[in-house]
Amino acid sequence: MSSFSRNPLSRFFFAGALLAAGFGLAGALPLSAAEPSSLKKVNFVTEWLPQAQFAGFYIAKNNGIYEKYGLDVTIRPSGPNRSPYDALAKGEADITMLWLASGIEKRAQGAKIVNVAQLTQKSALMLVAKKDSRIRGPRDLEGKKIGLWDEIYQIQPRALFEKFGLNVKIISQAYSVNLFLRGGVDVASAMWFNEYHTILASGVDPEELTTLFFSDYELNFPEDGLYVTEETLAKDPALVTAFVKASLEGWKYAFDHTEEAEGLVMRDMKEAHIPASFAHQKWMLARMKDLILPPGLKRPMGTLAREDFERTGAALKKSGLIAEVPSFGEFYRGGELPNEG
Amino acid sequence: MKDRGLAFKLSFFVLTCTSLIFFGIFGYNYFVSRQMIQKNIEENARSLSFATAQRIETILRSAQEIPEAVAEVLEEIPYDKDVLNRILSSAVGNNPTLYGSGIAFEPEAFEKGTEFFMPYVYKSGGGMKFNYLGGKDYRYFSFDWYQIPKELGHPVWSEPYYDEGGGDIIMSTYSVPFYRREGGERKLVGVVGADVSLGWLQKMVSEIKIARTGYAFLISRNGTFVTHPHKSLIMHETLFSEAEARGDPALRKIGRDMIRGLSGFVPFTSIVSHRKCWLGYAPVPSTGWSVGVVFPKGELMEDIVHLGQIDLVLALFGFLILFVVIVLISGSITRSLTALAVAAKDFARGNWEAELPPVKSKDEVGTLAASFHYMKEELKKYIRELTETTAVKERMQSELKIAHDIQMSIVPKVFPPFPQKPELDVYAVLEPAREVGGDLYDFFFIDEDRLCFVIGDVSGKGVPASLFMAMTKTLIKTNAKTCPNPEEILGKVNAEVSSGNDTCMFVTVFCGILNIRTGEVCYSNGGHNPPFILRQGKTPEYLRGGHSPAVGVLEDAVFEKAVLKMEPGDTLYLYTDGVTEACDDKDELFSEERLQEMLSGPLPGTLKGLVEETLRRVRDFSGTMPQADDITLLVLRYYGAGGDEKKKGGTALTLANNLSELPRLQTALAEFAEKGGLSKGILHDLELILEEIVVNIISYAYAEAARHEIFLTLATEGNDLVVRVQDDGRAFDPLKVPEPDLNVPLEARPIGGLGMHLVRNLAREVRYERVQGRNILTLKIPLSAS
Repeated sequence: MSSFSRNPLSRFFFAGALLAAGFGLAGALPLSAAEPSSLKKVNFVTEWLPQAQFAGFYIAKNNGIYEKYGLDVTIRPSGPNRSPYDALAKGEADITMLWLASGIEKRAQGAKIVNVAQLTQKSALMLVAKKDSRIRGPRDLEGKKIGLWDEIYQIQPRALFEKFGLNVKIISQAYSVNLFLRGGVDVASAMWFNEYHTILASGVDPEELTTLFFSDYELNFPEDGLYVTEETLAKDPALVTAFVKASLEGWKYAFDHTEEAEGLVMRDMKEAHIPASFAHQKWMLARMKDLILPPGLKRPMGTLAREDFERTGAALKKSGLIAEVPSFGEFYRGGELPNEG
Repeated sequence: MKDRGLAFKLSFFVLTCTSLIFFGIFGYNYFVSRQMIQKNIEENARSLSFATAQRIETILRSAQEIPEAVAEVLEEIPYDKDVLNRILSSAVGNNPTLYGSGIAFEPEAFEKGTEFFMPYVYKSGGGMKFNYLGGKDYRYFSFDWYQIPKELGHPVWSEPYYDEGGGDIIMSTYSVPFYRREGGERKLVGVVGADVSLGWLQKMVSEIKIARTGYAFLISRNGTFVTHPHKSLIMHETLFSEAEARGDPALRKIGRDMIRGLSGFVPFTSIVSHRKCWLGYAPVPSTGWSVGVVFPKGELMEDIVHLGQIDLVLALFGFLILFVVIVLISGSITRSLTALAVAAKDFARGNWEAELPPVKSKDEVGTLAASFHYMKEELKKYIRELTETTAVKERMQSELKIAHDIQMSIVPKVFPPFPQKPELDVYAVLEPAREVGGDLYDFFFIDEDRLCFVIGDVSGKGVPASLFMAMTKTLIKTNAKTCPNPEEILGKVNAEVSSGNDTCMFVTVFCGILNIRTGEVCYSNGGHNPPFILRQGKTPEYLRGGHSPAVGVLEDAVFEKAVLKMEPGDTLYLYTDGVTEACDDKDELFSEERLQEMLSGPLPGTLKGLVEETLRRVRDFSGTMPQADDITLLVLRYYGAGGDEKKKGGTALTLANNLSELPRLQTALAEFAEKGGLSKGILHDLELILEEIVVNIISYAYAEAARHEIFLTLATEGNDLVVRVQDDGRAFDPLKVPEPDLNVPLEARPIGGLGMHLVRNLAREVRYERVQGRNILTLKIPLSAS
């Protein structure tokens, strides 16, 4: 999930960056003071700092799609020490983004949150190794130093290691791939749309890398989904529906107008003083399309497939993170949202 | 090109050659200069990038010494919080390049029960602040600055990052792991980190300017731009993401070489100006960063390009001057030549006053013009003289022509000259070698019966001879009137010619006098070629008699006389030496022998034929050789006496061979009858007889339609009327016409024939002769008979 290779000793960095990011986006809000009563206020928190991973939401806001649906949406980023779930739990956010695994975990732990849309249909989590390390497939991971992010990011890798009966040395991976680039680990965790490209943009050619997508090993845990509390959904299901629809419309627009979307993302990132590489964001937007609208997708955009839910839930249960898998009908409410509020 | 003028050709070839030479030299010079400059640039680029990298390296190495020393101390000595604090304060305080420094410990490594322990000293507002970092919000164990040296086991410079304030200051952290020995094993205790501000580095690199747009930049080990003129790239893009955005695989390759620690000099497209540049790059070894120096090709080549442009402009200017000079020079040449050509055409058309172009130069054109001028003057002079000469010559020729006509007119040229004298016939020709000649001939009756004939040849030729000839002829004719003897004539002429003959000219003269009644010829030969006497049936003979000196040689010369008796039919053949001395192309003379031989052979019947045959022979002999001397021929034929009819009241008549002449015959007969008192009966008979004879001759004697003459004489001899008819037709006896059948009734008889009947009845004597190609019919009719 990390996109930046910052590693200062200074404790101030992330706080400052977040602060700046927050202000930056707040400053970009269209404060329609003239008719405040006509639009419903919605606070939305993304999963991470501004980047093309959220381009559809930025487009929906910037291009007035939310307004069209009667919403006044405020988009806030989260970050390394600020989780979107906390924002939802504390009532700071009406709607947040969570990974499916996180959503199931929280629900199983008793949180009254529900999935109202599943954006990505395919897991973007992957392992990357240098071919120099003589890694060509999963079995070559035996005995290697592997960088893994914490908690839910480890479910798929550990399942994979178990599946292949591998004994590996797990190194805690932070928010950069520099450890991997410098040779500190043999294998790094990466998101396809983000860290993988960061590695390429650091001068490593794709031919020099071995990639392992979990979706290729029956471990497809789709990630980004939209979550609300049961309370919010019960109180104003129309608002939730409007937000979901407007957001999906924003995404479609972003995929059809990539240059505009890329430009908007770059603008937002620079205003947030976040390092912004145009090529990197372009790559990211293109990969998001592959994840949200994978070729051959049979379901409507934004639908959570029951088998994805069950696969993920079963893995969570097996890993011991949850005791029981929640009911799919209670967890996923996207299918029963009323049309137009 | 062939048809072009001199100016064009000169300009074309000279300019082409000079252009080729110039551009050859220019191109070579330009090429070599570029090579040299490029070489210099490469050297500069390599040394500049290397030097910059070295300076950075030096500073970074000095920054490395602090945390390395701290780590070394921590491995050697015992410490507590206070010691760590003092160590860090001293390190940060004593080193201006350090922003802050901290010592992070492994969990439980500093003291039991402490997961995070990290004292940190940093500069703040001119002083130093102390703090403890690490905790739930700052889990440094997984941070690059801690994790990477820990995992790699050696000190590491971190990727550059912005300072905590979100400002523009870029920092990097140098982290040194330190260990302690536990049971023979090296165990990591913690990591000493030093935050180094890279402001100085940005300043150092950004100050490098090459020409106007050349610049230097620094990339981190990941290829991230640390410094660059484009601020938007710094910390945002890597060389590889920029290569991807620009679709430039070459740039990616350069980047890979740079982060691999290589140095080099390569073609490069400027990220700033997008123009072609060169890039020199060198690594900063301690960090794995790389310094690139961009040399703008165009700008560095500007001077030489500019010089080249100036060269080209100067060359064009030079070519222009060269062109003008060539045009002027060739123009001055061709102008003169063209003018000369025009003048020459003018001359050719006869305009001798045409002005020549003034040419002052002393070069070849000047020489040509001078020669031309000289030629013009000479030609003018020559033509003036020629005109005069021609005029004189034409006048002279005109005069000579007149002289020729006069000369020809003073010799008798009407033949037959004496148609009323049937006793003789004369034919002569004079062909001067030039317009006028010195030959002469003449014949005239000095009384009723005596014919004087002369042939002569004046010494010399041309005008003087012709004058002498005219004088001689006149003198002969004048003297012949008074002196009936040829020797006397010549004597007197000689006397007159010789006295005061300053020119010493003389003339050979043959002078003869023929008595047509007797056929006797008296003659004297004054030095002339002896004539031939041609007698029927005999070989030609020379008349050697009367041999005398030429006229005009001796004043008192004596001229001999000789006598010749000519029989009817005899012919005298006189000639000048133009005949015998005619030359062929081998200088051989026609000679008297050849002439005699010719005369011995068969000859034409008429005198004219004889003369023309002679001329033809001579011309055939001479061939192409021009006639050297005057040629004169005089032939005289005697037909015998009987020519005295007139004395006895006879008459003579010449008729043309035409029936229209018959009335003249009748008139002449009537006159004759009246004069002689002949009876009408005789006249009537005579008319019948002569008409028939004449008609017969006209009708049968001539083969061709040419004009011929028929001579008719009537005379009384005693009691006889003598009629003689002569013609030069073919041998034809009019008496042989068959006698008419008198028994046939008159109306049934053919016309004619009655005349012959009368002749046979009336004539006492009828004689037909064929003499020298002539038919001579003589009738003697007794007057009493009628």
